[in-house]
Amino acid sequence: MATATDTVTTPATAPARRGLADRDGLLAWGFLLPSIVYIVALVGVPFVLAIAFAFSDVTAGDPSYDFVGFRNFARVFHDPVFWRALGNTFVFTLISMVLIVVLGKVLANILIADFRGKWLVRFLVLLAWTTPVALSSISWLWLLDSIYSPIDWMLRQFGALGPVENMYWLGRPGLSMASVIAVHVWRLTPLAAVIMMAGLMAIPKDIDEAARVDGAGYWRRMFEITIPLVLPVAAVAALFGAIFTFTDMAVVRVLTRGGPNDATQVLASWAFYRGIDGGDVAQGAVIALFLFPLLLAAAVLILRAVRRIEVR
Amino acid sequence: MAVVEVRDLVKQFDGGRVPAIDRVTLAAAAGEYLVLLGPSGCGKTTLLRTIAGLERPTSGDVLIGGHVVTGLPPRARQIAMVFQSYALYPHKTVLANIVFPLRAVGMDKAERESKARWAAELLGLELLLDRKPRQLSGGERQRVALARALVRDPQVFLLDEPLSNLDAKLRASARDELKRFQQEVGTTTIYVTHDQAEAMGLGDRIAVLNAGQVHQAGPPVEVYDDPADTFVATFLGSPPMNLIPHDGKLVGFRPEHLLPVENVPAGEGVTMPLAVERLEYLSGDRHVYGTVSRIGERTRVVARLPATVDTAIAAGETHEFAVPGARLRFFDSDSGQRSGPVRLDGG
Amino acid sequence: MTTAEEAGRLRQRYARRHVLARVGLYLTAIAAALICAAPFLWSLITAFKQNRDLYNPQNNPFVFNRAPTSDHIGYLFTDTEFLTFVANTLLVGVLVVLITLALGLPAAYALARLDRPWSGPMAIGIFLVYLVPPSLLFLALSRIVVAVGLQDSTWSLVLIYPTITIPVSVWLLMGFLKNIPKDIEEQAMVDGYSRVGAFVRAVLPLAYPGIIAVVVFAFTLTASEFIYALAFVAPTDQMTVSIGVPTQLVRGDVFFWQSLQGATVLVAVPIALVFTWFLDRFVAGFTMGAVKE
Repeated sequence: MATATDTVTTPATAPARRGLADRDGLLAWGFLLPSIVYIVALVGVPFVLAIAFAFSDVTAGDPSYDFVGFRNFARVFHDPVFWRALGNTFVFTLISMVLIVVLGKVLANILIADFRGKWLVRFLVLLAWTTPVALSSISWLWLLDSIYSPIDWMLRQFGALGPVENMYWLGRPGLSMASVIAVHVWRLTPLAAVIMMAGLMAIPKDIDEAARVDGAGYWRRMFEITIPLVLPVAAVAALFGAIFTFTDMAVVRVLTRGGPNDATQVLASWAFYRGIDGGDVAQGAVIALFLFPLLLAAAVLILRAVRRIEVR
Repeated sequence: MAVVEVRDLVKQFDGGRVPAIDRVTLAAAAGEYLVLLGPSGCGKTTLLRTIAGLERPTSGDVLIGGHVVTGLPPRARQIAMVFQSYALYPHKTVLANIVFPLRAVGMDKAERESKARWAAELLGLELLLDRKPRQLSGGERQRVALARALVRDPQVFLLDEPLSNLDAKLRASARDELKRFQQEVGTTTIYVTHDQAEAMGLGDRIAVLNAGQVHQAGPPVEVYDDPADTFVATFLGSPPMNLIPHDGKLVGFRPEHLLPVENVPAGEGVTMPLAVERLEYLSGDRHVYGTVSRIGERTRVVARLPATVDTAIAAGETHEFAVPGARLRFFDSDSGQRSGPVRLDGG
Repeated sequence: MTTAEEAGRLRQRYARRHVLARVGLYLTAIAAALICAAPFLWSLITAFKQNRDLYNPQNNPFVFNRAPTSDHIGYLFTDTEFLTFVANTLLVGVLVVLITLALGLPAAYALARLDRPWSGPMAIGIFLVYLVPPSLLFLALSRIVVAVGLQDSTWSLVLIYPTITIPVSVWLLMGFLKNIPKDIEEQAMVDGYSRVGAFVRAVLPLAYPGIIAVVVFAFTLTASEFIYALAFVAPTDQMTVSIGVPTQLVRGDVFFWQSLQGATVLVAVPIALVFTWFLDRFVAGFTMGAVKE
């Protein structure tokens, strides 16, 4: 090879070595590792710790660790409040989810439509979700107040209540559960609507238009095109929501603290009450741990739904 | 001297049963326009991507400018590539797109700009520099992609089906532009396409690929007239070469060489009767579909008669046709490879 | 056979139907907005009410029966540490968003693009983390927070919140990055950049809507969270809005109702405004994440 051509053709500028930035294998680890370390340290370790606590006699006052086997489990399972909370959790989750999905779909249809003042409507609808739950729940606490409730005032105006009567929204077992569910649904429906909007927007326009040309009316398009196509996204949203609802105690904590008489106690709030308020860390851990197998089942369902979407 | 060379290149994808590239050895000389032609899935794009450094070969070497670059990242190879989609950065203006490679090497701003303007001028993009890619037509996008490739001063341009996103009308003029562009800058170019018209029109040399192997490499005329095997013979040409089985061999001839007997000088041709089934008129030519016999097994063939041949032919008739003997090509039936001539009746 | 007359009648019928559909849409939209926002509209009124007006069950709660007063809003700023709470919330929110992006973006890119055999299981693993609820972790986490010396400090929240936001964000961004054409980053690599350079210069700008989605989502989640905040932060000057406002305005069973309602509106409106602003982009980000092409 001639030297002259050699100098011309030698790569002049670019570095000729393969650095870390080009090694996909190492790079992949480098990119992933910080997240993994973070999660292992702050989710993995506490999770194992929580399991360890469940088999110990640790309390807030006496943090020394002694293994006690299944004694805590026995204590928890013998407590009628635990079973009550478990039942309440299911009631709370199921009813909330059905309402949230149905209302979310209705709301999504409204948010996605094009009309004047759309911006204002979106803003007002989103308020419920974007407001920190502790604050919005306190607003509701007044709306459901035992004496000054504006809802009661309205009912009195319509004659549904006597002049000095009150509903005691949060004071009666069935009604307090209904109130907690209502507030939770009110808060999460906008989020469900946003997710379903995404699903609606993902439907290719030409499918809907083809159906229009084929003479399908609104309801027909709704049931034969929109709903089947949105279903996978809606299913994922619903399961995510269910997991969230299942482990959420925000509304319960602010509105009723589990009362009256544990009528609105859910597993999460019961675990907080025993573990943090009551200082019985071990029992709190047992109660909280009980959530996990149920969540795992939900997770399997979600993953299968996700896979179905990806296949589509 | 070869600017780009691949030696015994093999690329096997994980989970793939057959290699995408199977022992390919190929070289592009300085200033050459080499076209990689083949059906989709033949490995031509993989070969190009391996040259670019976007894929790692399973074995074999890639040489650019006489240096082994196997294992080097794309940026260290002094190449420029134009993707099928043009891959313009949608968030950058045309100017920012063109200077993007120059910023990678840390060139200072003034020099960058002047170089970008030079490339833009060469490709007629001066008025579009502030636009975003989505405001451009397909042809303009191609020119931006070329300008961006040009400013790198690459040793070689790698073009991956750059015309396939354009509509038919635009394609012809864009093809013309590509050819003029390459003649002007004189840089070695490797061009991947599945369109034989592009290959014939652009290439100094064509490498025909199938199933990861190079079947033949040579100038367009050679590849067309002297196909190395039946794959090349039938892949090139529209309609493709007629192949007639005859005693373990295949007798091949191009449709344009099968003419009514009176158009072939007496004594020079091999004659055969053609039972006409159907006629098509395509831009002045007559395509005659029918079945020939006598020279081998009865086989369906196509004849392409130029407008200068005015013999009256109608469906249902049988005419005597002939092929000049020098136009016949022979292949082995089993291997498909070229073989020596055989004696035919009617000659 | 349709005659001209029939066609005309048909046209009229459809025109009428169209008008009805529009009216129906407006009515439902207004109804939905009112139902969703009613508590806030009412909070807005209440915040300016005098005590004597508020604490009378006979008074119409939706109008001012006595002259409105801004005393209670003033109280919020002069007698509580409302502004400190807001500042803490913003600080936590911004830092958590930054940590989430700094860790989540590379992780999502590694899982979406740097095709490794373990990508799939790892992605599922990260998803499973989302399932581990705060109610399960806060007991053990409080130990860890003490161990690293962050008890009773806002910084404990900065440390803990990304555990909630990272899994969701990685999941969201992964789907998003998968939808960015591979050509773009390969082009950048051919143009002279390394893999990292291509990621930063060519991929990240295109992932912008996904990043917006993550920012909004992570911030809202952080601002709303209150279980960890309740469990880990006791000193008033370290509190976020979610726990600070209730702590200072609910003394035993005495509720400073007007100030509480005022604080709610003051916090709710800006967040919702920002969210509305980004809603379309957020939805687009979500679509990319949820549905592969």
